Amino acid sequence: MAATDIARQVGEGCRTVPLAGHVGFDSLPDQLVNKSVSQGFCFNILCVGETGLGKSTLMDTLFNTKFEGEPATHTQPGVQLRSSTYDLQESNVGLKLTIVSTVGFGDQINKEDSYKPIVEFIDAQFEAYLQEELKIRRILHTYHDSRIHACLYFIAPTGHSLKSLDLVTMKKLDSKVNIIPIIAKSDAVSKSELTKFKIKITSELVSNGVQIYQFPTDDESVAEINGTMNAHLPFAVIGSTEELKIGNKMMKARQYPWGTVQVENEAHCDFVKLREMLIRVNMEDLREQTHSRHYELYRRCKLEEMGFKDTDPDSKPFSLQETYEAKRNEFLGELQKKEEEMRQMFVQRVKEKEAELKEAEKELHEKFDRLKKLHQDEKKKLEDKKKSLDDEVNAFKQRKTAAELLQSQGPQAGGSQTLKRDKEKKNLGFL
Amino acid sequence: MSKGLPETRTDAAMSELVPEPRPKPAVPMKPVSINSNLLGYIGIDTIIEQMRKKTMKTGFDFNIMVVGQSGLGKSTLVNTLFKSQVSRKASSWNREEKIPKTVEIKAIGHVIEEGGVKMKLTVIDTPGFGDQINNENCWEPIEKYINEQYEKFLKEEVNIARKKRIPDTRVHCCLYFISPTGHSLRPLDLEFMKHLSKVVNIVPVIAKADTMTLEEKSEFKQRVRKELEVNGIEFYPQKEFDEDLEDKTENDKIRQESMPFAVVGSDKEYQVNGKRVLGRKTPWGIIEVENLNHCEFALLRDFVIRTHLQDLKEVTHNIHYETYRAKRLNDNGGLPPGEGLLGTVLPPVPATPCPTAE
Repeated sequence: MAATDIARQVGEGCRTVPLAGHVGFDSLPDQLVNKSVSQGFCFNILCVGETGLGKSTLMDTLFNTKFEGEPATHTQPGVQLRSSTYDLQESNVGLKLTIVSTVGFGDQINKEDSYKPIVEFIDAQFEAYLQEELKIRRILHTYHDSRIHACLYFIAPTGHSLKSLDLVTMKKLDSKVNIIPIIAKSDAVSKSELTKFKIKITSELVSNGVQIYQFPTDDESVAEINGTMNAHLPFAVIGSTEELKIGNKMMKARQYPWGTVQVENEAHCDFVKLREMLIRVNMEDLREQTHSRHYELYRRCKLEEMGFKDTDPDSKPFSLQETYEAKRNEFLGELQKKEEEMRQMFVQRVKEKEAELKEAEKELHEKFDRLKKLHQDEKKKLEDKKKSLDDEVNAFKQRKTAAELLQSQGPQAGGSQTLKRDKEKKNLGFL
Repeated sequence: MSKGLPETRTDAAMSELVPEPRPKPAVPMKPVSINSNLLGYIGIDTIIEQMRKKTMKTGFDFNIMVVGQSGLGKSTLVNTLFKSQVSRKASSWNREEKIPKTVEIKAIGHVIEEGGVKMKLTVIDTPGFGDQINNENCWEPIEKYINEQYEKFLKEEVNIARKKRIPDTRVHCCLYFISPTGHSLRPLDLEFMKHLSKVVNIVPVIAKADTMTLEEKSEFKQRVRKELEVNGIEFYPQKEFDEDLEDKTENDKIRQESMPFAVVGSDKEYQVNGKRVLGRKTPWGIIEVENLNHCEFALLRDFVIRTHLQDLKEVTHNIHYETYRAKRLNDNGGLPPGEGLLGTVLPPVPATPCPTAE
């Protein structure tokens, strides 16, 4: 805590000097607050719970507005997260509220991996912030902080104990986000059962080593109220956006045949306590814990994972430059290796392709030769045929000339012969 | 409907060279801002109180540097500003006024408390500035000191296991004392301010203003303002960092009319009209330090402490420190801006949101 920091510095040679008059720096907190107000605040809530436990209704009730969204079905194949951002304004304070809800949590038959999308989502937000922080040119003071500040874990009102899914999920989330467990739809549990239920839940959480968010008790002004509230965890809440007339006031309530449950009545449920703790007393502390504890832990693990250390084995502090140069060289080496691999692969491929092409060329040549031969054979055959035909034509011509010659020599002889032949034919015909 | 499951590529030829893409976690959609009508009191505005309480607990750091030739009343002014003996002369018990041969940097820290607000005030004095015969480059030790503080902070910030609250030794405000010659700025003044206005918030102050009459004062101020403008020296509040119209009009008024403040410092009290006031006694009257008709000390005090203290710190942190950091990281690895310090190693976060199923 920084008050002790200042005290320590005093010991280090800083003296406390008395003031002889009014200087005016007591307006410093006001200056700071004014600046923050003009920039606006942001707050991100994650609601984790099974389908149908009233997450959306509770958000509507907490913030007195009707947020958009349709109720989810039970048939989701996996757990997803649905997020939406709203700008709320109250007096001169603007709040950018982001509500993230799980969709399909607890609906699957095999729930082993149900917590994974949630953890990945939270890590992704930390990652985005870390990326921004590590940039060379960064604009952190106007960065929209999307890290989850509070996680409301909805416990089903069975009245017995926590489900194993709840325990597993909460165990995975407790080092990453501030968990506030709440018993949803608590009008299903009677008062006596409720106390037993709460005790059972707290003891189970303790025995499993789950660290839920404890409201801070170091500041005197809120220590008392936070202390008592810590004893009431987990809060048993009821959400309702319907307003009914009770007495002469309109109140949020749920109407049953046997009576009406008032949401804002502390004897009926812990809704008012939740609202007080979450919004009116500890919003700033939730944000600070997220930044200084959970985010720093994530950052440390991430950087160590990547091989960055603060001191080398000889406990001499690494200089920024050395570490960076080493990393850079390592990375360049990797890049070069990859480049070599790619080049080799390329060369090999080219060789293969070349071989293929050569083969194809050879084949083509062969084919061409064959065809050419065929063509030549055909041509030869044709020429032979032509030659024989020519011979026949010549032979015929010769006979023709010979016949003509004979005809011109003896036309009578030839004619009587022909007459005789005709007569014979005629005679034959008579017979 | 889309799923938050890994997509595998079926193109066999490509899969050898391209690594399998990281499974995309469900990234939230871009914020849809809706202005909701509130049906009742929620309590969001209590965050102001919560924040105020938190900052009161944490306490504040403020580091102010005073630069000017010796004899201009720097230490006295700082004592008057913070109404206590915070200057170097008061702290050291060696009262001999030896002018050092080179520019020295002396930083002294005090803790002061007022109205429940604890502040660790560090006054950084620069004896020897401008006092030698050859004053070339006498601003260099000062620039070096300022950059060293940025470097210290950067080293802490880059650590893996960081402290919860990094000690802030960066110079938030530099009061530069102008000698009241009545003519114009000296070349040394111009050189110093030109070099340092880029790394730190400079608030020029006309020292020992009781040597000038009112007309001389206003003429001198005009001339100084003009010279600063001609030389392109941006003193605090810088024009380019005005955030909104309100700030701009307020700061314009200060820039064009009041600055540089002509001040008189004193830590002795005298009786004037039945009241005890801080002042200087002369044969021709008592100069009241906090009287606006006599000098502009009250304006300086209000400006630096009562209205712009937080802004001084923020400009130092968000702008000067970031500039130093960017330059330092750029020189370190020669990476183009926009890539991270470790940017070559961290995989990029998917920038395009994947729509979640309804």
